[in-house]
Amino acid sequence: MNYFLTEEQEMIKELAARIADEKIAPVALEYDREGKFPRDIIKYLADSDLCGVYIEEKYGGLGGGVLEMALVVEELSRACGGIALAFAGTGLGAFPIILFGTDEQKNKYLPDIAAGKKLAAFALTEADAGSDAAGIRTTAVADGDHYILNGTKQWITNGAEADIYTVIACTNRSKGARGFSAFIVEKGTPGLSFGKKEDKMGIRASSTCELIFEECRIPKENLLAREGMGFIVAMKTLDRTRPGVAAQALGIATGAFNAALKYSKEREQFGQPISSFQAVQHMLADMAIQIEAVRCLVYQTCRHIDSGAKNISKEAAMAKVFASDTAMRVTTDAVQIMGGYGYMKEYPVEKMMRDAKITQIYEGTNQIQRNVIALELIKESTRE
Amino acid sequence: MNIIVCVKQVPGTTDVKINKETNTIIRDEADIIINPFDEYAIEEGVRIKEKVGGSVTVISMGIPKTAELLREAIAVGVDDAVLLTDKAFAGSDTLATSYALSMGIKKIGGYDLIVCGKQATDGDTAQVGPSLAEKLGVPHTTNVRKIEEIKEGYIRCQRMTDDGFEVVEMPLPAVITVVKEINEPRLPSIKGKLKSKKYEVKIFNADDIGADKSLCGLNGSPTQVIKTFTPVHDINGEIIEGTAGEQAKNLADKLLAMQFVKCK
Ligand SMILES: Cc1cc2nc3c(=O)[nH]c(=O)nc-3n(C[C@H](O)[C@H](O)[C@H](O)COP(=O)(O)OP(=O)(O)OC[C@H]3O[C@@H](n4cnc5c(N)ncnc54)[C@H](O)[C@@H]3O)c2cc1C
Repeated sequence: MNYFLTEEQEMIKELAARIADEKIAPVALEYDREGKFPRDIIKYLADSDLCGVYIEEKYGGLGGGVLEMALVVEELSRACGGIALAFAGTGLGAFPIILFGTDEQKNKYLPDIAAGKKLAAFALTEADAGSDAAGIRTTAVADGDHYILNGTKQWITNGAEADIYTVIACTNRSKGARGFSAFIVEKGTPGLSFGKKEDKMGIRASSTCELIFEECRIPKENLLAREGMGFIVAMKTLDRTRPGVAAQALGIATGAFNAALKYSKEREQFGQPISSFQAVQHMLADMAIQIEAVRCLVYQTCRHIDSGAKNISKEAAMAKVFASDTAMRVTTDAVQIMGGYGYMKEYPVEKMMRDAKITQIYEGTNQIQRNVIALELIKESTRE
Repeated sequence: MNIIVCVKQVPGTTDVKINKETNTIIRDEADIIINPFDEYAIEEGVRIKEKVGGSVTVISMGIPKTAELLREAIAVGVDDAVLLTDKAFAGSDTLATSYALSMGIKKIGGYDLIVCGKQATDGDTAQVGPSLAEKLGVPHTTNVRKIEEIKEGYIRCQRMTDDGFEVVEMPLPAVITVVKEINEPRLPSIKGKLKSKKYEVKIFNADDIGADKSLCGLNGSPTQVIKTFTPVHDINGEIIEGTAGEQAKNLADKLLAMQFVKCK
């Protein structure tokens, strides 16, 4: 299929694919087993200029957008969805700055992110505020030239590993979600510490960690946008990173499909390769159809977003739901095709099935995405 | 520091086909890659430049399509690429190749260090590096696994041997050939690739470099390939058994018998 990528996008995809095949695939199972953070892989991405694909050229990036980010995430995720998340999670942390940062803020933070010298993270979720993000309790109180943050963020991707955190906190509790604000907090700021690192089902090479703010003083110039804009900063960011989750799901599904297809030609039962059985062939065909449909939707959604379109929430949510549900099905079928071997940790599909699951949960569960999609549909139809 | 790296195109597959009549390699022009050992040479050249400044030029003698491969070197930090290509170069053996390269390098001029891979994966002769040094009248060290120090007019490197390494000092300009232990070649960068796309490889023919055609290609190649085979290493050691005392005596007897040692 010709996806009509530009020459530069092809280059990005090819280079990411090379890193996936040559550098990530050989270590993916080990990093998963050990829960090892992929510092060495980030170095390869950095040296290849891939860390900044979605960052403007004047801040040291390649000047691409969501599609370029998705292409990298997809290719890396083919080899390991967890390792890819070090890159994708940084995108999640960087987008609030890209979208809402002042020139000074961008100049201060984006070049290091583009160069791969610093990783970023995004902190919204708390123990009692998951799907209901409006329920967060972390506070930020103005004090002279500073804000003082108190509270605990939970399950933060790249937590403890990242240098730059965009944090959503309440500056005015009485206003609910309209009283939230977004801040940039640097690692090493007194009062910011990291809690336990989670022991997860999948994406085990990714660090997921608590962020604890205790009288954490940050300078006022670290406020993103204006006070009260925090919820909007979060939602506009997620609109642009959900296609990234979709790309992660797409990559994982592709990796699992490739493994299953290869295996089906090599595994013989009843004196013939299992790929000669129609039951297996149809599973492979269905997997390929779904993956192809996902790829088309993801790329097109990214292009829609990169074109500067205004209404992107529904589209981003659709891509995320469709891709992640597909990844779950395809990885499950890949295990099925590989039988008992597929269930064993020596083969990659067992891990891919575990990795796929998270894509249905984070950056808004698929139930919440369907809520978003349905609400938009209803809104659009009343507008017409 | 001006560095020149010699690069060869080799078949992309390990499944090399030999022409039974001429005993030479059948080259599929569609599927060529940079000789893997030369990737280490390129990387080392770029690293030296990054450390002490200067420029890196790759040079190759080969078919026109090799220009594409030389661009890959630009994408990993090489500054310039020169391709020597001419019908007159066809059929070169290692002697004619090193002659052509030496003429090309003289044309480029002003070099401090020439880096080659230790050998090519197709011919496996490991001759071009040393032979090139002879043609240029400069010293050389083969199988370099580490450069300990390099500065104006001086290089000290570790030369890998079967059971360890030697430290070799040379004045510059000089030629070194490198082994894969020396570094881990980097991947290209997107910015490098964009640069390499626009880069125009400098193409020279035999006349451009003032080469004597009687020394080029088949004319300049005295080598005749009679047979190709993989050498067998079948030196079998003998294990001496017994108690320590018996072993010592047994060993001493053998050494005496072989006249490696003498009894006074
Ligand atoms: C590995 C990992 C990494 C993460 N990384 C980050 C990060 O970097 N930054 C960050 O801020 N957060 C992060 N999260 C948090 C993640 O976004 C939340 O887990 C997610 O939004 C869901 O919240 P919850 O887990 O509290 O589930 P809950 O909100 O408790 O949901 C539980 C179930 O109820 C359903 N449900 C809830 N409300 C509704 C509703 N209204 N209608 C229908 N169904 C509903 C959900 O779909 C789900 O099935 C991460 C989570 C994980 C597991």
